[in-house]
Amino acid sequence: MKMTRKGFLQLSGLSLIAIAAKKMGARKMLRGAAGGSASEKREKTARWGMVIDLQKCRQKEGCNRCIKACHSAHNVPQFADRADEVKWVWKQPFEEVFPFGQTQYTRELNAGLPVLLMCNHCDDPPCTDVCPVNATWRTDDGVVTIDFHRCIGCRYCMAACPYGSRSFNWQDPRAAIPTVNSDFPTRSKGVVEKCNFCEERLARKLAPLCVEACEEKALVFGDLEQPDSEIRKLLRSRFAVQRKPELGTGPSVYYLI
Amino acid sequence: MSVLEKTLVGSRRYWLWIACLLLVALAGFLYYLRQLSQGLVITGLSRDVSWGLYVAQFTFFVGIAASAVTVVLPYYLHDCKQFARVTLLGELLAISAVTMSMLFIVVDLGQPARILNVLLHPQPQSVMFWDMIALGGYLLINLVLARSALNVAHEHISPPAWIRTLSIVSIPWAISIHTVTAFLYSGLPGRTYWLTAILAPRFLASAFSSGPALLILLCFVARKLTHFDVGREAIHKLAVIVAYATAINIFFLLTEVFTAFYSEIPDHEVAFAYLFVGMGGDHHLVPWMWLSFLLTLFALSLLLVPKWRTDSRLLIVACLSVFVSIWLEKGLGLIVGGFVPSPLGAITRYSPTLAEWGIVCGIWAIGALVTTALYKITFSVWEEN
Amino acid sequence: MKDRPFIVAGLAVFLVFVTAPVWRSLATPRITLAAPQIKSPVQEKLCVAPVSYMRTSHMQLLDEWRESVVRTGQRKYVAYNGKVYEKSLTQTCLGCHGSQKEFCERCHSYSGVSTLTCWNCHSDAPQVSRNLP
Repeated sequence: MKMTRKGFLQLSGLSLIAIAAKKMGARKMLRGAAGGSASEKREKTARWGMVIDLQKCRQKEGCNRCIKACHSAHNVPQFADRADEVKWVWKQPFEEVFPFGQTQYTRELNAGLPVLLMCNHCDDPPCTDVCPVNATWRTDDGVVTIDFHRCIGCRYCMAACPYGSRSFNWQDPRAAIPTVNSDFPTRSKGVVEKCNFCEERLARKLAPLCVEACEEKALVFGDLEQPDSEIRKLLRSRFAVQRKPELGTGPSVYYLI
Repeated sequence: MSVLEKTLVGSRRYWLWIACLLLVALAGFLYYLRQLSQGLVITGLSRDVSWGLYVAQFTFFVGIAASAVTVVLPYYLHDCKQFARVTLLGELLAISAVTMSMLFIVVDLGQPARILNVLLHPQPQSVMFWDMIALGGYLLINLVLARSALNVAHEHISPPAWIRTLSIVSIPWAISIHTVTAFLYSGLPGRTYWLTAILAPRFLASAFSSGPALLILLCFVARKLTHFDVGREAIHKLAVIVAYATAINIFFLLTEVFTAFYSEIPDHEVAFAYLFVGMGGDHHLVPWMWLSFLLTLFALSLLLVPKWRTDSRLLIVACLSVFVSIWLEKGLGLIVGGFVPSPLGAITRYSPTLAEWGIVCGIWAIGALVTTALYKITFSVWEEN
Repeated sequence: MKDRPFIVAGLAVFLVFVTAPVWRSLATPRITLAAPQIKSPVQEKLCVAPVSYMRTSHMQLLDEWRESVVRTGQRKYVAYNGKVYEKSLTQTCLGCHGSQKEFCERCHSYSGVSTLTCWNCHSDAPQVSRNLP
């Protein structure tokens, strides 16, 4: 059979594509089973949440203990340029966080009141819906987590988050980390990061670092699904608000004004 | 294989053009190497404005690619014989436009080496997944159609029966690529500038306005440099399409402005206010947004009057105005408007850096190279006949 | 015929590129051909898996550890001998093997196997090492 040069090239091209597809398919099947793991199942506590008491938080002016504890333990870089900043937990004035505090009649009461902000670990997060590679997802116990190995740095999750909770590593963060904690990885450039509810501590039945660091006990952390947990008792006794509840995201972080 | 060789034969002017494009592409590539080494910090992007020129250009050129439907639909569904030559040019333009769009996505990624993760770990709940499918499929369709059409012309064989079917499939597919691209933005609850049902129709209207405008300009260039003439009637019909699409695009913009400013809901107003009036001391985009609006009004006035629309020089001015206007609106204003003010009300200034422009121009040059190569083949094959 | 200079030039460029690994490595004398020297851990004698398996498949094991820790939160590994380990590159692996410079890099740079990107993020030397002589 006589074959033209064009025919030969077409056949080679199609063969290469077929071989590549087969390789990718086979690799995917091999990865499916992560063998050798202990049969210890992740304890299914239903849902982690946090209540932040803003009045207790404002007791000590200029206090940043929670932020320092989190950022130093998690190797969060500090950049001078606001454009590049990476932050897992931070503070902003009340008027900027809660629109109903903005009228001229209510402004006086809470003007400048610092509000601690972090990822809300939503029940129905828009950020996890949009990730094209499943590098971010909501775990069974309500933590919205990131796989830094898989993230392609497209920043779609940053566009999707209605709260501005996510940061991107525009450059290699290592040079900007004051003191590296070698017990926790850093991140590389080109990936998104945010508060992880101290997942690594939750696995050891420890409370998040910010909760532990707060001397005023302004942060209460616990299982929202347990009716007699401290957090549920608090939510039954005081009126708490969430950020932008009308969006239907179901934040797990509540604020006592 | 032999049709590709037509790109290697050309005049001095042709090779000078290719050399210039290669230089610009090389410069862009060098800037991109710097971005790979240092990270996206070399752009003007920030924590608040995390998407910018790259994603905006991606959006704009998906629109150009989708606009091929404005010639394919009349030709295949309504037997519009005048579009016989220009249809192929539209499909070829779609190929380079989709290529550019994909390149803009690649250069925007923080970890481009992991791009295959999109195929290895598909996520059907993510609109970006469907965008990859749609764009990939559209590229493939147009490549097959173009190759077939060029072979038919080159080897004087009759077109296979499936060309018509595939061309008709490309019609809803073209609509879908730009709708899916709009859905990337219009389903995000936190971005009020984008959270509007009319975003997808706006995208299509602006695509059908800017795409045929570019096609008309390319036809004029072709007529000037070669003997390839798509015909006066084809150009006139295309001009009418641009006129209608531009009118609809302006109408859609005005309906958005009405909803935002009559309802007086701050969340709906702020993005428009930032873009067209300025906010928080930042006014740097205001002149560009107004230029975009005035250019499109100016273009519409030229296009609505038949005497002006049929005048070649005025038509060229109108097409250039439309193209620049929509480039400013979609290729710049759209993305920034979604990010400023931020969810916490911050006004963050975004200005692309030199490196960013370098990479963007590099990709434009690659697109121009692809267009040049494909059009060169077309004109050479046609001239042989 | 008039293409001959281009063909010859093209061939020359190709030859330069295809022999690049040879003359580039000859130009950098720092890599020797002597087999890499690795100190064995002192306190622990057994690894999480048999040495023969680790030699051939440590990357697969690390991938599986990564997937199960990150994606399912399962942090405990039951080894072939029943011992339970914490799945951690820095704490467990380097806890015995010292640091990536003393261990991983020795063989990886010798065999020219791809740049180890693990250490862009993971700490390449734990604070406490069990590899004390």
